[in-house]
Amino acid sequence: MTKDRQNDKGRKMTKDKMEYLPIIGIEVHVELKTKSKMFCGCSANHFGVAPNTHTCPVCLGLAGALPVPNKKAIDWCILIGLALNCEINNESKFDRKNYFYPDLPKGYQISQYDQPFCQKGRLVIARSEATKQSLKIATTRNDGSRNDIKTIGITRVHMEEDTGKLVHDKTEASLIDFNRSGVPLVEIVTEPDINSVEEAITYLKKIQQIVRYLDVSDCDMEKGSMRCEVNISLAACGKRLNRPNREKCFLNLPKYKVEVKNINSFKFVKKAIEYEIRRQTEILEAGKIPVQETRGFSEKTGRTFSQRTKEAAHDYRYFPEPDIPPFTNLKSKILDLKSQLPELPDRKMERFIKEYSLSEDNALRITTTLAMANYFEAAVNKNKSLAKQIANLIINQKVDVNKVKPEEIAKMINQQKSNIISDQNYLIKIIDVILKNNSNATADYKKGKQEAVGFLIGQVMRETKGKADAQIVRKILIEKLNY
Amino acid sequence: MLNQVKWDMNLNELSIREALKGLKEKEFSCEELVQACLARIKAVDNKIKAFITVCDKEALAEAEKADELIKSDPQIFEKKPLLGIPMAIKDNFCTKGIKTTASSKVLENYLPVYDATVVKKLKEAGAIILGKTNMDAWAHGSSTETSDFFTTRNPWDLSRLPGGSSGGSAAAVAADMTIFAIGSETAGSIRQPAAWCGVTGFKPTYGRVSRYGVIAMCSSTDSPGPITKTVEDAALILKNLAGKDKHDATSVDRKVPDFKLKDFNIKNLKIGVPQQYFLKDMDKEVIDQIKQQIQFFEKLGAKIISVNLVNPKYSVAVYTVIQRSEVSSNLARYDGIRYGQQRTSFGTEAKRRIMLGTYTLSAGYYDQYYLKAQKARTLIIKDFEQVFKKVDILVSATAPTPALELGAWEKSPMFGELMDILVEASSLAGLPGISLPCGFTKNGLPIGMQIIGPQFSEELLLKTGDFYQEVTNWYKRKPSLSS
Repeated sequence: MTKDRQNDKGRKMTKDKMEYLPIIGIEVHVELKTKSKMFCGCSANHFGVAPNTHTCPVCLGLAGALPVPNKKAIDWCILIGLALNCEINNESKFDRKNYFYPDLPKGYQISQYDQPFCQKGRLVIARSEATKQSLKIATTRNDGSRNDIKTIGITRVHMEEDTGKLVHDKTEASLIDFNRSGVPLVEIVTEPDINSVEEAITYLKKIQQIVRYLDVSDCDMEKGSMRCEVNISLAACGKRLNRPNREKCFLNLPKYKVEVKNINSFKFVKKAIEYEIRRQTEILEAGKIPVQETRGFSEKTGRTFSQRTKEAAHDYRYFPEPDIPPFTNLKSKILDLKSQLPELPDRKMERFIKEYSLSEDNALRITTTLAMANYFEAAVNKNKSLAKQIANLIINQKVDVNKVKPEEIAKMINQQKSNIISDQNYLIKIIDVILKNNSNATADYKKGKQEAVGFLIGQVMRETKGKADAQIVRKILIEKLNY
Repeated sequence: MLNQVKWDMNLNELSIREALKGLKEKEFSCEELVQACLARIKAVDNKIKAFITVCDKEALAEAEKADELIKSDPQIFEKKPLLGIPMAIKDNFCTKGIKTTASSKVLENYLPVYDATVVKKLKEAGAIILGKTNMDAWAHGSSTETSDFFTTRNPWDLSRLPGGSSGGSAAAVAADMTIFAIGSETAGSIRQPAAWCGVTGFKPTYGRVSRYGVIAMCSSTDSPGPITKTVEDAALILKNLAGKDKHDATSVDRKVPDFKLKDFNIKNLKIGVPQQYFLKDMDKEVIDQIKQQIQFFEKLGAKIISVNLVNPKYSVAVYTVIQRSEVSSNLARYDGIRYGQQRTSFGTEAKRRIMLGTYTLSAGYYDQYYLKAQKARTLIIKDFEQVFKKVDILVSATAPTPALELGAWEKSPMFGELMDILVEASSLAGLPGISLPCGFTKNGLPIGMQIIGPQFSEELLLKTGDFYQEVTNWYKRKPSLSS
């Protein structure tokens, strides 16, 4: 047992503990809300639909059926890639990912392997959301010039099809519903750049916001139109984190990776990551290495549990899909698709701060959804001076955006304004009367009691039934009182 | 000839052209035509065993409808150019409501819920399904011996094989059990049985005819095509089959020519004779007969040019690897969950191919097998391209031997590939090819000659073949089967 050391101030220090930095990568699957499925004309809508009613030979994997790619889905995948600053490959193709599972009717999933539509992108998240700890340690992966942002690398954005859904009934039989089989999925994969729970949640919320801005998916975790898998391991960072040993973290990159699946909400993502960090820390502190495996998450217990061993590279025997000719000249689509990109949340927020003089917080909140941002701008229209007020009204829900048309808002405000009495001559007359009748208040003010002004303003407001312009009244009163 | 008393006419021996003429001129009814075919099937198919399923009731019902149309609508043949013509369909084409087995126990009771595009087009054109024909199970073979049900016999010599995998279709045409048949070719499966059975077999350019509804074997080479008594008939069928299909992403959007045959001058033709296609182990009678036909072409005015092609033995390895890789994936959907029997019902040859194909795609082997084979395939494609700069078409034997005896398949695990050695390269390159009867051995076995052209040169091949059949009589000879 080592003796507790003392620092130079004579304070007892606990034995130096190894600090670990979470190394997290996230895979998000986004279910596109195209009308039809990825490779056939069946309706892609499967939520709340009677089982096996949106199927055909193709998505059922019947003998002789062939896939025909959904052009719109591909355009939307590239759109997502562009929104995430990805490079769009000029040539791309589909590949077969071969494995057996009852919800995979063809015995292979049509996906993309080595030539995805999009790769090498990045997503920036704001510093206030990224923790100090990971910023200090992980700055080698940041855009080094600014320390108020963190950049998450996007490895790739690619297209694939969804599987059917397994339903376990009371008799312990497994039933398969193929309504979901063949629905288009876009997979977004990050580099292992995420270093904390907070960053992970921020990243997920950002992706959701962007995808919803693009209006290509409902991106709803509860409904399954947004799914995520978290790859997490811990890197040994040396002792005493407040003197970060940056190089050590990256020299000691973990030799294992745990994949956590089946997490259905942001809340559970937080719980799952926190649990995994604790679990893996315990194992590492005991001198062992966590098993490389896939784990599920239990909502009941808040813990992860082992599902199967994840080999370093599962043998899916990928090969190019022979039933779908490869794509060439994709770069020619970029201009057209770029023009379809809406102004994305970050840009919009910056513009709102500049153009409408909104506070950073208000700009952030008013751009939460594209609908709200558009409503705001429609409401402001040419009345830029009212922008702040309008923003406040909307954010504080003082106006029902579902009932009130945006054009009405400016009118409402101006209406209120026009009721305000700002005619100085008129006000002076009233103020003179008030002053005459409230000599005590005047005397109080002269003695130094500032509250007297408030009292006097109140009297004026009462007299004008609240319609006087309070700013002007205050100005006049003070002038007269000081006179 | 056609004015004889109805009962003496062997209507089943007619070609499509003759049958159409007879129906249009009301020499006989469609019902009589179908009856004649059914009677022939009844008389000889117990010896030949070309059919797995005979749809006698349905065919006669369709015949009745056809006769009604012919009576009531004088323009009907313009709307339905194949009205009333009985056809036999290889059992790997999905036929709605009619058992479709691919000659495998796995699908022994499978009823498709949709028609293959080829079937749909032929039905719309008015053709009548007589039944489904026997084949090598899953099209894995060149003899029809690997059928899980029974082996078809060659009508020219019942102790011999009809070739494969479209053996049943070829035998049915040769024995006049049908007016025409539909087959499919991955590498030789139309041309080789046509050669062994002394009939005309046409493999279109890959992508010319839709594969939708054809049980997939090697997705990147599978080509559905007609097996007929004359080249003229093949042209007529091809005209009705070709065209872009929205259900098949690999079908080509290219104008379907009229395939007008008569406008042809042999003196403008440059025929390439690939020296490498006279193999050492080839049957001497076959070699001699082919050489005679080439001299015959020369006498008629064609220019004969000796050319060099990559030795066909290399295409055997390339084809074997690519085909088995795709097969291993294409057969994955037969898991017995949604339809069909369990995977243990696969026959020996199917199991062999699945195992080999899985191996050639597996991690660590993909590069040296599948990838390398695809690269070599590009060389084969370029090889043909350079040869077609010098010549218009290539002529050679279709198969290295005439029909072999039963049991041949078991003697060599690479039997199919060796039988198809002269057709694999052109299949890998997606080229069209036609096999025509061009003579007989001393034992009376048919010898087939093939004509290969560049992609989409179907019209030239058909014109050349039709011209050949105008100046020769081989195609008219029939096997002597006692009824």
